[in-house]
Amino acid sequence: MASVPPARHLLRARDLADARYFEKVTVADMARVAGLSRAHFSQEFRRAFGDSPHAYLLTRRLERAAALLRTTDRTVADICVDVGLASIGSFTTSFARMYGKSPTAYRAAFPPASTYARIPGCVLRAYARPQHRTFREDGVKPCD
Amino acid sequence: MITLAKAQLWVHDQEEARRFYTEKVGMEVHMDVTLPEMGDFRWLTVGPPGQDDVSIVLMLIPGPPVMDSQTADQVRDLMGKGFAGTIFLATDDCQASYKELSARGVEFVEKPEERPYGIDSAFRDPSGNHIRLTQVKDFG
Repeated sequence: MASVPPARHLLRARDLADARYFEKVTVADMARVAGLSRAHFSQEFRRAFGDSPHAYLLTRRLERAAALLRTTDRTVADICVDVGLASIGSFTTSFARMYGKSPTAYRAAFPPASTYARIPGCVLRAYARPQHRTFREDGVKPCD
Repeated sequence: MITLAKAQLWVHDQEEARRFYTEKVGMEVHMDVTLPEMGDFRWLTVGPPGQDDVSIVLMLIPGPPVMDSQTADQVRDLMGKGFAGTIFLATDDCQASYKELSARGVEFVEKPEERPYGIDSAFRDPSGNHIRLTQVKDFG
């Protein structure tokens, strides 16, 4: 019988980020699910999906935050916690770097939630995840 | 009149896929034919009970001469990454289906959640294919 393609294990790690971004999931957790050492995992993940696991996890969280800003009236502080981020300061900084405006300004620029109502959530999540830009916190440390 | 008859998913192991879709997801085998004269090509299709006119073809990624080995590796890689295909299944009770399939060992990557269009969930098959399971809201 054919063996499972290696990328399947990396997909388990990406699924973990997608499914539990709102918890304190870390790159180490993702590496564990893939069954690889952290350094090797980061290298392989980047090779498979184009982003480091750190960047994937962060952009997933920012994408969810952006969705919550567009579709709910929750406060920015609540949304920060809702997407698994602890520091509102770094959340606001990362968000502004990614979307070019603060969370509050971003929310104000979008049409009502009903615009998105009938598009499957999986499609919105995939297509609305922001393109990763190089972060100071990413790419420098080989294990991240 | 044109109707939808079958859609194909690549799988890395047809036997494992057959067990997954029948024993865990609860589908039925529609066709399972192996042709020795075609290099043991196996035509394997499954579908939900009561929906005999629509099937999922569980297709083994072939080797040469059907597909050169480099392309086969690319398809295998895409499938393993979950980019090779998606099937959207519908249910009249997403929570009940989620419980039923979970009890049979299906690992959901998204538990049922309320969406504007209904209650939506997702799991993967052993090959990495993305299967959605949605209770679609009746918009009248």
